[in-house]
Amino acid sequence: MTLTRRRLFAAAAGLGAARPAAAAAWAEIERAGRGQTVFWNAWGGDERTNAFIAWAAGRMAGDHGVEVRHVRLRDTAEAVTRVVAEKAAGRSAGGSVDLIWINGPNFLAMKQQGLLHGPVLDLLPHAALVDREGKPATLVDFTVPTEGYEVPWRMARVVFVHDAARVPAPPRSMAALADWAVVHPGRLAHPSVRNFLGATFLKQALAELAADATVLQAPATDDNFMPVTAPLWAWYGAMRPHLWRGGRNFPDSGPSLRGLMNDGEIDIMISFNPSEASVAIANGTLPPSVRTFVLAGGTIGNCSFNAIPFNAAHKEGALLLCDFLLTPEAQAKAMDPAMMGSPTVLALDRLAPAERKRFDDLPRPPATLSDGELGRPLPEPHPSWMTRIATAWETLVNA
Amino acid sequence: MLRAAPFLLMAILLLPVAAGGLATLLPAFGYLPALGGTALSLDPWRALLAWPGLGRAVVLTAGTGAAATGISLGLAVALAIAARRAGVLAVIEAALAPLLATPHAALAIGFGFLAAPSGWIARLAAWAVTGWQVPPDIATVQDPAGIALVLALCLKETPYLLLMILAALAQVQAPARQLMAQGLGYGPRRAWLFGVFPLVWPQMRLPVMAVLAFSLSVVDVAIILGPSNPPTLAVQVLRWFGDPDLALWFVASAGAMLLAGIVLAALTLLRGAEAAVAWAGRQVARTGRRGGSGFDGVTLGGGAVVAIVALAALAVLGVWSLAQSWRFPDLLPRGWTLASWQAQAPGLAGTAGVTLGIGVAATAIALLLAVACLENERRIGHRPHASLALLYLPLLVPQVAFLFGMQALLVRLRLDGTLAALVWAHLIFVLPYVFLALADPWRAFDTRLLRTASCLGAPPWRVLLHVSLPLLARPLLAAAAAGFAVSAGLYLPTLFAGAGRVATLTTEAVTLSSGGDRRVVAVMAAAQALLPLLAYALAVGLPAWRARRRAGLAVAA
Repeated sequence: MTLTRRRLFAAAAGLGAARPAAAAAWAEIERAGRGQTVFWNAWGGDERTNAFIAWAAGRMAGDHGVEVRHVRLRDTAEAVTRVVAEKAAGRSAGGSVDLIWINGPNFLAMKQQGLLHGPVLDLLPHAALVDREGKPATLVDFTVPTEGYEVPWRMARVVFVHDAARVPAPPRSMAALADWAVVHPGRLAHPSVRNFLGATFLKQALAELAADATVLQAPATDDNFMPVTAPLWAWYGAMRPHLWRGGRNFPDSGPSLRGLMNDGEIDIMISFNPSEASVAIANGTLPPSVRTFVLAGGTIGNCSFNAIPFNAAHKEGALLLCDFLLTPEAQAKAMDPAMMGSPTVLALDRLAPAERKRFDDLPRPPATLSDGELGRPLPEPHPSWMTRIATAWETLVNA
Repeated sequence: MLRAAPFLLMAILLLPVAAGGLATLLPAFGYLPALGGTALSLDPWRALLAWPGLGRAVVLTAGTGAAATGISLGLAVALAIAARRAGVLAVIEAALAPLLATPHAALAIGFGFLAAPSGWIARLAAWAVTGWQVPPDIATVQDPAGIALVLALCLKETPYLLLMILAALAQVQAPARQLMAQGLGYGPRRAWLFGVFPLVWPQMRLPVMAVLAFSLSVVDVAIILGPSNPPTLAVQVLRWFGDPDLALWFVASAGAMLLAGIVLAALTLLRGAEAAVAWAGRQVARTGRRGGSGFDGVTLGGGAVVAIVALAALAVLGVWSLAQSWRFPDLLPRGWTLASWQAQAPGLAGTAGVTLGIGVAATAIALLLAVACLENERRIGHRPHASLALLYLPLLVPQVAFLFGMQALLVRLRLDGTLAALVWAHLIFVLPYVFLALADPWRAFDTRLLRTASCLGAPPWRVLLHVSLPLLARPLLAAAAAGFAVSAGLYLPTLFAGAGRVATLTTEAVTLSSGGDRRVVAVMAAAQALLPLLAYALAVGLPAWRARRRAGLAVAA
């Protein structure tokens, strides 16, 4: 372990991010973090992620003497709300949230309101291994620069899962998907747009349908929101009556969407994990006949982050956890199809051969696409598009 | 010291309700300095009215609440009439305990597994009749009209109301009145409705009001089985409270107050309906018409459906938790395994421990306070002025209307997420049930035994410890089991007082209920149901075990 750490600091020094002083600072963090209890606020709706977090908690207890408690959120906003409430109540230290699994609008809100502790990324020894050039999404969250306030821990990529036994040739564009839904009424569903995956479904469509997708990289405005999204709503309005339950009810989240797929209620679903199909086949939550496909025009990719609130009571423990999640061991474990199947945030060419072998040895089951098949990811739109799309959708379905 | 008990009890119950209610009321009118609301305004109400789903949400809330209460009450009354037959009564008494013990969330999850288009009922239909290969695209759960929500509520509320009626019947010499009325030529049902019901109703009024208020403001069952676009008002209020845009807290507070208003209006209407029914009943009675059928087939059918559906909902939880792979349209899993339980075991143990700890602490404190109040009542010789209605207050005010304000206060006092806060929040709901379960047997206790003990020279404390408590062990344990079951099933109070950090089996089950893996959800829901069922089993089993050695006391115990 010591050997690896020296290598790491050497690598980090090469990037100009760390000095010997950084090693001393990290040793201090390691000392202070020991014995802390870290409340990791992470969405708890996905059993495999929960299992991974439990595994990481076990390793943190053994290696660093840090107790990790998973606060299972129904919605990440709950944790943001709690931090805001604590700030409103004047609690600027000793807060109840130590670490949040966070993305997009929630990150933007916390960053704008100065609710985050940091920058922290380059304090972490293993941050030097993050593939910042090859995976620029590790530094930019929905177009918003993370500026070291977020630590990446898993990559995500929009893919679609279809039951190959029932849909041998799935549609390869959002426009074609709508046509398919019209011919197969009730066999397509997307999660509620209140959920990030449901919002992603519409964003993916917008990325394809917008006349000029580059405007999505800047904040949405009152002036451009309706013109830019008009094709999206036209597409959605034509498709919605043919969705599952006539487009009047929507599953809560990705896992409940997967439940519908497993029950045979739908034939095609969206996912944010390229290994979703394989992992689910392995643990019996999807039938063996499911396969993965992506759209011809490309799909959105992003990165999942962790961030520490400004008033966290156990910042050192949270940092230790963030760093552990960046170790090749944890990243390979996360990428294991038997665990989560999450693509790594690390640059594999920067790893020692023994560490690299962990990744090379991972199997690639038939329901998972190769990197070549996945293609290059499309960038996430600015968070304001997601927020506005969610609001507009809410009005649409409640009217 | 004993004299302070009733005041302490009322303070524990009413302080958080009042303070929390106020801390929700003020933001509803724009006052919340921490968020920049320093002046009173009607803006939150304007924003609430501007929400497009408001009309439908209000109709849905009122409709489901009224339907669940009406159906449950009707069925409970019909079953109580049918229970004049000893055989029926025996079956009812056997079936009541497990249904009362099962938490709402577990029952709702199990009901969902039964009623969903891919659930057991549809699988049976596919196998027997329709031959479906894929589940039908019919909204049998989370339906826009909230029918699944109403049915699931009825599964829980019918047994509760029936228990309350049976308890009340014991105090009004029902069999004698029934016989007399039948002797005058009235059929069994009319005899009961004219001769017994008017005496039972005054003791039913508060439980019915509690059921109505609960059904109108329930959150966990509505999340699991209710529609979501729009949801019921209580669920929407919770969504607003959980939104990262804090400006929505004002709207949420206004929504919570609107819900409180709806509950108040419904309770008022209930009193009106009561008067109308009484008037109509008198008109019918005045005709003097005798006879009427004593046929209970339909009633018993309805009761059987409730019992069978509820038990099947529990059974399907068990089956799913042991299933290896169970796809539509298979009637039973392809294989059986303990893997789901094993995978969940490490986390489950801790969560169950927390659930148990909070439940035991809240129940123990509730028992202590209830005993202190009742003992005080006996010593001073009359009931204290604090009336029973106040005890019911936490059960009549919608939870969202004061829990949010209570959370804000707890955060300010830095008590949120502490065990003390959780136990207190649970106590608010546990205490009324424990007190009500204990009050009747305590007050009916034969005081001659106590006087005898006193005459033999025992000081009051010894009389309490060595005579009252041992002889009242059975009702004490029953009250404890009821209190524990309430605690084990609490969702919103745990969520708010625990600052989301404290996970109990209930919060885990509700969080996972929307998850994709039914096996995992089933494990959690089954575990949630098991704890209170065990508590009830202990409450029944312990006195019986103890009685083996004290056969002579069988009458008193």
